[in-house]
Amino acid sequence: MGKALLLHQAPFGQNSGTSGVKLTTINFSPLWIRIASVVGVLAIWQISVEFVEADVLPAPYLVLRSLIYHTGDGELLLHVGVTLIRVLISFTLAMVFGVTLGIIMGRFKQWDAALDGILVLALNLPALVIIILCYLWFGLGEFAAILAVTINKFPVVVVNMREGARAVDQDLLQVSEVFRLNPRRRLFQVYLPQLYPYLLASARSGLALVWKIVLVVELLGRSDGVGFKLGIFFQFFDIASILAYSFAFIIVVMAIEYRLIVPLERRLTVWRT
Amino acid sequence: MIQIDISLKTYPQDHVQTNLCVLQDVHFNIKSGEFCCIVGPSGSGKTTLLNLISGLDKNLEGSILINGKAPTEGAVPGYMFQSSRLMPWLTVRENVTLVLQKGASEERVDDLLHEIGLNDFADVYPKHLSGGMRRRVALARAIITEPPLLLLDEPFLSLDASIANHLRRQLIDICERRSTTVVFVTHDLREALYLADRVLFLSSRPGKIVLDHFVEIQRPRVPEGEAVEMLKLNLLNNHPKLLSGLVEINAIDMEAIGE
Repeated sequence: MGKALLLHQAPFGQNSGTSGVKLTTINFSPLWIRIASVVGVLAIWQISVEFVEADVLPAPYLVLRSLIYHTGDGELLLHVGVTLIRVLISFTLAMVFGVTLGIIMGRFKQWDAALDGILVLALNLPALVIIILCYLWFGLGEFAAILAVTINKFPVVVVNMREGARAVDQDLLQVSEVFRLNPRRRLFQVYLPQLYPYLLASARSGLALVWKIVLVVELLGRSDGVGFKLGIFFQFFDIASILAYSFAFIIVVMAIEYRLIVPLERRLTVWRT
Repeated sequence: MIQIDISLKTYPQDHVQTNLCVLQDVHFNIKSGEFCCIVGPSGSGKTTLLNLISGLDKNLEGSILINGKAPTEGAVPGYMFQSSRLMPWLTVRENVTLVLQKGASEERVDDLLHEIGLNDFADVYPKHLSGGMRRRVALARAIITEPPLLLLDEPFLSLDASIANHLRRQLIDICERRSTTVVFVTHDLREALYLADRVLFLSSRPGKIVLDHFVEIQRPRVPEGEAVEMLKLNLLNNHPKLLSGLVEINAIDMEAIGE
């Protein structure tokens, strides 16, 4: 199947003129490679369905039907929305505090020395421990949920931004010092642009990590959100719905990535191209 | 007027207990509007001297006073560093505009870019410029604010000769028009003699002034002209080791040289 696919797509390749002789030299455009890989995964899924019980692995079209069904009764959108709000709040909190503390620790050795030990501890605390402790200490409420997610993400941002702050080019800071630029320009035109790559990397990995932890938090102690629903489907052994909800949320996260982070990255790094 | 009284300038060294002595007993004044070149072998503390005058480096035994005030308290100087030090994320125009006060006329930026032949590159990022072009942008950034004091650290290094001469002429023009005080570091003696009212020669480390020479060639001078060439030969004849920084202090009769 895979081979037939390749042959079929050869005419769309960029250098298809010479491709007839050697299959290995074909250059597919990235878009076609992407499409081919998605189609490949769906094909493997469909084939696998043939070998297992229908309950354990529903066929792709059954998942799609479940997705349409759950969207239709409005429940899915509600729970995805609730989860998304939790993701955005805890993501923002973790970024704001993480970036600030990261810069401070990267810039001032005393602060770094004072907080480094706590940071290592925080990095190694299992997510589940943080979540359970937050719920035990602050009750099964929204505050504890958001706090637990934020604490999970926060140290990763700090480590990343500390690295960035350490790598800041002193020569460029001297320029802003000698020309006595005002604090605003120093920050936004000289200092922060050097940290943008680190900021974007933090945002990327942050988004991926935060939404996964939000689901666990919801499963353990909330009565709405995608994680809560997944828990219920788990009890009913409803695998089609579990997959439908997962895909719905993956689509949302991918939309944020490609509609928000990628364009932002492009804007912030034009000067490199 | 800049009063420079350095009794000792040292740097701490990595892994070694003793400090590295860079400048010792450097005492001289620069009059307002004077074009002063500093010539010396590498490691003689030329850049350190500029950093002290600019106020970037405040750590010294002695004092630097500009019009009676500490360097960071007076007017903002224009400083062109040895490397261009442009912000890679700002275009050529933005890099120059960066140092202007808010509300200052930004038309001047385009005029200046035109003058130094970079008007076609105003919206280009530094990455796409050649090394020489980046230096020109750095020069533009240093002079755009029309500073009363201009500090230049080997500004025309690695530029090709015709562009360098063109820029030197413009620099002289600008400085005469605004009667700018200039401290110009170079190791090219001919360049120094072409540009300067006065050339200070530093010894090798630790830097001391070995010769303080007032250039009396009439302006406008010719960059590779006879007068400059004669003076250079004359100086080197009288002090064969001048450029290696090994001249005996006080062994020089300054009036004997000149034109």
